[in-house]
Amino acid sequence: MSESRPAVVSLRGVTKSFGAGGVTALQSIDLEVRPGEFVSLIGPSGCGKSTLLRIVGDLVEPTAGEVVVNGKSARQARLDGDYGIVFQDAVLYDWRTVARNISLPLELLGWDRARRAQRVRELLDLVELRGFENHHPWQLSGGMQQRVAIARALSFSPALLLMDEPFGALDEMTRERMNAELLRIWERSGSTVVFVTHSISEAVFLSTRVVVMSRRPGRIAAIVDIDLPQPRTADTREEPRFFELVTEVRDRLREGGLDEDRTAPDEGELVGEEAP
Amino acid sequence: MTIAASAAGARGALGRGRLRNAAERAGLFLAVLAVLWGLWEGFRAFGEAVDLRAGQFVVNDRTMPHLHDIVAQLFEPSRRNGPLLIGVLWDAALFTAKEAAAGFLLGALFGLALGTALAHSGLLQRGFVPYIVASQTVPILAVAPMVVVWVNPRLPPGLRDWGAVAVISAYLTFFPVTINTIRGLTSVDPRALELMRSYAAGAWAVLWKLRFPAALPFIFAALKIAAPASVVGAIIGELPASIQAGLGGAILNFNQYYITSPPSLWATNLVAALLGISFFLAVLLAERLVVRRAPEHVG
Amino acid sequence: MRRARRVAGEWLPAIVVFVAGVGLWEGGVRAFDVQNFLLPPPSGIVQTLWEDRSQLWSASFFTFREAVGGFAIGCSAGFLAAVVLARWRLLATAVMPYAIAAGAIPIIAFAPITNNWFGVTGMTSKMAIAAVLCFFPVLVNTMRGLTSVSPAALELMRSYAAGELTVFRRVRLPSSLPFVFSGLKVATVLAMIGAIVGDYFGGAPGALGVEIRRWVGIFAFEQAWAGIVLASLLGIVFYGSVATVERLTMGWHPSVRGARSE
Repeated sequence: MSESRPAVVSLRGVTKSFGAGGVTALQSIDLEVRPGEFVSLIGPSGCGKSTLLRIVGDLVEPTAGEVVVNGKSARQARLDGDYGIVFQDAVLYDWRTVARNISLPLELLGWDRARRAQRVRELLDLVELRGFENHHPWQLSGGMQQRVAIARALSFSPALLLMDEPFGALDEMTRERMNAELLRIWERSGSTVVFVTHSISEAVFLSTRVVVMSRRPGRIAAIVDIDLPQPRTADTREEPRFFELVTEVRDRLREGGLDEDRTAPDEGELVGEEAP
Repeated sequence: MTIAASAAGARGALGRGRLRNAAERAGLFLAVLAVLWGLWEGFRAFGEAVDLRAGQFVVNDRTMPHLHDIVAQLFEPSRRNGPLLIGVLWDAALFTAKEAAAGFLLGALFGLALGTALAHSGLLQRGFVPYIVASQTVPILAVAPMVVVWVNPRLPPGLRDWGAVAVISAYLTFFPVTINTIRGLTSVDPRALELMRSYAAGAWAVLWKLRFPAALPFIFAALKIAAPASVVGAIIGELPASIQAGLGGAILNFNQYYITSPPSLWATNLVAALLGISFFLAVLLAERLVVRRAPEHVG
Repeated sequence: MRRARRVAGEWLPAIVVFVAGVGLWEGGVRAFDVQNFLLPPPSGIVQTLWEDRSQLWSASFFTFREAVGGFAIGCSAGFLAAVVLARWRLLATAVMPYAIAAGAIPIIAFAPITNNWFGVTGMTSKMAIAAVLCFFPVLVNTMRGLTSVSPAALELMRSYAAGELTVFRRVRLPSSLPFVFSGLKVATVLAMIGAIVGDYFGGAPGALGVEIRRWVGIFAFEQAWAGIVLASLLGIVFYGSVATVERLTMGWHPSVRGARSE
């Protein structure tokens, strides 16, 4: 991808501790995400990957370090609407139709009705939900709700898309399908994606690079380049190279995830990790 | 999951066994009515037969008039050569309804404003909510005369008297609305708030587009409680204001003459109850029209 | 020590508002020369409370007993009714509209009737009013509590082949406690109001509501306001004691624990 253009996200020495007791969630993270990349963050529970995502989105403040998003401070990037975010929970408004849910950020940006309607139509095509404009969230399946959430995140064409385990609540089949759809959407929209996940195969399938994080305090244990050809399809999952990469990621995880004597799994994600 | 759906527990009592057929519903309604009527008359017959006494309580025409007598009384003159009771009560109900509606609007608006203001600051909440709760422990009946004396001179002549009653009615209305507005505005999914932050949305936008719509179910729950309360407040307010034209006056009147015509008081109470119920139903209707939510989460 | 500080911090705003409020009241009444009848200064009320304390105390104790008695009866009845209705849902669907309707009946409507039933001077008629007022909030809230158990918890119990009574005791009841207490707190205030409003239509000579009415009638406004303040205080104390019981039995619940965010 283009090495000459400046990084979309640039993290230097980012550290995050919580509370006076000083639980360190992230330790000295250095990372650059280039335009057009699809970067996954993967690691054991509690390694701070969600926290890192939120730091990029200026939803959590780092204790130390520098965060540059789209050439600006994280805060400015947020104020300028440079990124869209998708959570594991679709967080749709029950009282709005699908179309109005998607247009919410556009309303906040002050777009006029005609322009909003036009954009919503485009997005519905993009996520293949034409015909569901006037449905309400509770009438949709989990996968469909997430598609609405993705459409909403992309509504104002941000340079960056942040995704926090968006398919974590879906079943395996739907998940794989959504993965394929996400890649298609990524291709068409041209945005850069930072994607947090628990699933090794998902990370390898989707990404151009996989960032493996160690257990708490989270550090970058390894970065694995995924050299699988684009566009990726269901067949890609069958290729030998795919399995090799999955194994490599798994090995890196193991290295970073296990302490000398510890074999027990980590405790769950830090409570209070999200911004108050 | 959607915001409302993620907070769900099991369905409420009316969710399960919901009868689709309106005719079935009506039938059930009448069936229960018949059962209640039967219980009343049955208890009455039993009490008379065994001469039931409990302290001062005796079963006779005075203490438990026949239900059909109560209904029949409505179609008797309210006093010698006077208009029919039902006519008198109808006029009285309309009069009280006017006061109660004004009180309800006043109280609801005040409650919404106060609730919204307090919802934005935990500090203000901790400071003022105890006194808001305490305000409802003041026996409004005892304070009503003072309120009437203070408010009346300050109102334009057209609003005198019943305006003061509206204020008292508002006093009983604002409390549930305030408390529930606070609860509704502050129980928003934190993820939704994060999302708003990611859009760099201003506080006003967050209030109008997120908090307020999310709070509507809570607010309507409070309005449903407040509606009959406003009627109660209006009736209470009429007593010290010496207003004869409303239901309060009618209750006092027929209480005085209870010995001569017990069913009259009961009939008045029935009308008062119906007024309260109709206010409740009006709010219920408004809720159906305004609040669109996943079916199991309304009410 | 930290806990004491946290508790103090929680109550500080309310205390500040109280002090400021009383100060404004006292100052305002003097500055605007408000008639004694409308609103006496707090200093006047405190003085009256002290001077007439024995009379006020016996009157309020009498009324308080009426309220507590009615509270006990009404809440137990409401609770039992809720248990029955939660068990037989069809009955609940049938009866709910009537319950809601009955809750809309103005209190004023009961007082003359209970006076007729149980006599004007006894405690019973006022207790009956208080009981009726307590019944519906407790019924409605308890029902909501008993029926909002998470399906997952119920399924777990089924997997243990637990009998209905066990499920009730171990799952429904504990999870309904927050709702029950919600209802009880509302009921405390209503019970006091019911007792006093009941007195208004005629009651025992020593009852607080009767005394307040009498004082207003003879223009003894200092006493009347003292009585009103006392009635309010009793309501608050009653509410507070139930809230304390709630805190002690339910310290684990987020609504009790986590209310002090921000």
